[in-house]
Amino acid sequence: METAEGVVKKFCYMNRKAPYGTIYALESLEVVLIAAAFDQDISLVFADDGVYQLTKDQDTDGIGMKNFSKTYSALGDYDINKIYVEKESLEERGLSVDDLQALTYEDEDDDWAEKNSLFVVGREELTALIDEQDVVLSF
Amino acid sequence: MTMLHTVNKSPFERNTLESCLRLAKKGSAVLLFEDGVIGAMQNTKFSEKVSQAMSDLSFYVLGPDIKARGLSEKKVIDGIKVVDYNDFVDLTAEHNAVQSWL
Repeated sequence: METAEGVVKKFCYMNRKAPYGTIYALESLEVVLIAAAFDQDISLVFADDGVYQLTKDQDTDGIGMKNFSKTYSALGDYDINKIYVEKESLEERGLSVDDLQALTYEDEDDDWAEKNSLFVVGREELTALIDEQDVVLSF
Repeated sequence: MTMLHTVNKSPFERNTLESCLRLAKKGSAVLLFEDGVIGAMQNTKFSEKVSQAMSDLSFYVLGPDIKARGLSEKKVIDGIKVVDYNDFVDLTAEHNAVQSWL
């Protein structure tokens, strides 16, 4: 186990559940925000029902729960700018990228230009992405 | 009097909706709520199955749970009635029993 300071590992947060019906989506977001403080190489993956976590126009007034969907747009400020959504999961649900909120970050190496951080990827690309991780955390 | 069946899990996550559709008696009512509302949406892998079941069952879906998930009531499968919590209570009272598929 490497614990030396300065070691950067590739962490992937795998999100596969719809929001609000279970606590997984909110817990994952909390853990991601905590982990962001440790300067690791972080990727977020949204697959299966996890794609519903990123839908825009979520309105939780009617169910008396906190709407945490706005928090995803703050991920860019925590240097989390690799957010992957599985294309096939969207298609099976009749959704497209237009149904999701736009996620961006400001690139400090490019005069703080605003850049896209949400990427729709196919199953094969996602397989490769998962395989290259040091740690995969499942929610 | 008929039975009210409730389903609160996504059909992509659990098979409770499919079990409900398979075993609910003709004339029964089915209410989709919480993550179960995903089963009420158009153009999913399960939409066709739900549409076919509508000849035997009447379907309801809880509107507040649709909105919470960023989904649109306009994209609910035709023939499924969008209801609120008060209607949920009425449905429970109108039927002689509630079968909650967990």
